[in-house]
Amino acid sequence: MSRSAAMLIMGVFTLYFLTPIWWLLTTSTKTGGEITSTAPLWFTANSLGTFFDNLGRLFTYGDGLFGRWLLNSALYAGVGALIGTIIAAMCGYALAKYEFRGREAIFNVVLSGVLVPATALALPLFLIFSRVELTNTMLAVFLPSLVSPFGVYLARIYAAASVPNELLEAARLDGSGEIRTFFSLSTRLMAPALVTIFLFQFVAIWNNFFLPLIMLRDQALFPVTLGLYAWNSQISQIPELRSLVIVGALVSIVPLIIAFLALQRFWSSGLGAGSVK
Amino acid sequence: MQEMTVISTPAESPKARPAARKNRSSGAQRRAVAMFIAPFAVLFIAFYAIPIVYAVIQSLLTVEREGTFGRPQQVFGGLVQYEQVFQNTAFWQSVGRVLLFGAVQVPIMLGLALLFALLLDSPLLRGKKFFRLAFFAPYAVPGVIAAIMWGFLYSPSLSPFGPVTSTIDFLGADLVLWAIANIVTWVYVGYNMLIIYASLLAIPHEIYEAARLDGASNIQIAWRIKIPLVVPAIILTAVFSIIGTLQLLAEPQTLRSFSSAISSTYTPNLAVYTTASIPNYNLAAAFSVVLALATFILSFVFLKATQRKVSQ
Repeated sequence: MSRSAAMLIMGVFTLYFLTPIWWLLTTSTKTGGEITSTAPLWFTANSLGTFFDNLGRLFTYGDGLFGRWLLNSALYAGVGALIGTIIAAMCGYALAKYEFRGREAIFNVVLSGVLVPATALALPLFLIFSRVELTNTMLAVFLPSLVSPFGVYLARIYAAASVPNELLEAARLDGSGEIRTFFSLSTRLMAPALVTIFLFQFVAIWNNFFLPLIMLRDQALFPVTLGLYAWNSQISQIPELRSLVIVGALVSIVPLIIAFLALQRFWSSGLGAGSVK
Repeated sequence: MQEMTVISTPAESPKARPAARKNRSSGAQRRAVAMFIAPFAVLFIAFYAIPIVYAVIQSLLTVEREGTFGRPQQVFGGLVQYEQVFQNTAFWQSVGRVLLFGAVQVPIMLGLALLFALLLDSPLLRGKKFFRLAFFAPYAVPGVIAAIMWGFLYSPSLSPFGPVTSTIDFLGADLVLWAIANIVTWVYVGYNMLIIYASLLAIPHEIYEAARLDGASNIQIAWRIKIPLVVPAIILTAVFSIIGTLQLLAEPQTLRSFSSAISSTYTPNLAVYTTASIPNYNLAAAFSVVLALATFILSFVFLKATQRKVSQ
């Protein structure tokens, strides 16, 4: 294959991947009427002003519901992924670095957990939570998202490959306890895997739709995706929501893009871990 | 002290290791293992194991009423719900639909991901960092948001591609499944590309040099060396794609406000959701169990089948 053919393929697909996001950006800078009456993939003379107008309306509509949704998402996904990563890392590390009875059995159970679709769990979780009156609370979405079998799998593979036994022995010689060794030494060696697990879980929680859809009634508890979904399904009754949905969609993907760019150095080196045997 | 010196001897034979380890596996280490595993184990049992058991139990129950207005009571109904599952044509149509979807969409998506990964790994491209980011960017867009965005792009009145969307009805009954396939592909190609690319980067370059000395071309190297070596990564992405296909929910559910061609039982998960909102929890639980089993078996069979092929 020639260089120009390769560049052509990549160029065409760059358009495919970026045009929708570009459209979202330009359309966010338009008034409801301008969306259909102006060039769809370019800005208008007053783009910046309209964009800030739209942002203002987005954050004030319904008593600032959208800001609340963003905070909820940050909480569900940010805190959930952080705690979930630590929990998965500890378990994966123990499975990789200690020999004990039942080790393979535990690992196999975790592995089969990877193959169980999260949406199949949503309904029984709802039924259980409604028995203990936890539905329609933040905990109902937060707690189940702490579990990441794939995180344990990645942590085990990565810990086995990147934490040398000799180093652990040396730490023991120095009188460092097992738990202190893990938090002060091993987590540093596992950093790329930890960032990868965090990002996987962050995205999984941020994108999770079924669990909040089924658990939450109160709009104030919605994550941003469910909130925008709710607005989008009301467009036929409340047409002014259309431009809010578009600006809201743009605002809601910015945090993820920033997270990916900021952590890119780490996760790109950790990403291969899952597929290495 | 003496014990420890023995263990840290570097010349230790690999065979002696497990024995030494066992001796040393002190109470402190056992306690540490328990502390490391306990938090995950508790959460896994609470939010994975118990819900699965609970779903199975619920699926075996059935609601009975005394007379028309009597209080509903849950009684053991054996496989009554499962009989209903098997007689439910809408559900099986939705299963057939996502299987067709997966059979077309997954190979296209993974084929593209592999092609992009190989191009990124080849000496042919300039600006690799840019392409990597541009292709991965859609992964930052959640399914719901992607569906809303593409829903607008498909709508004749709003789409920047008006001439195309006013002649081809992407949201009509014939094409809407493939409109969803396009959204899923758009979101996940870059992600799969990166997983395959990461495993291409792990291949030692000496192999390529040896092949070049033997007169192999870039395409031959890609076909005979690179692709076989990234098969584990492709299998991983394929398993995740299979699970994802059977789980389809956010995209079709969101597109329902753009397209009347998507029924309330369009995908299996939509059928579960619709059945649960009636509400008929027992039947919905049976759907969930059948769906989880199907996903599990399909992924497992795929893993086993491909592993055998690889090791041959």
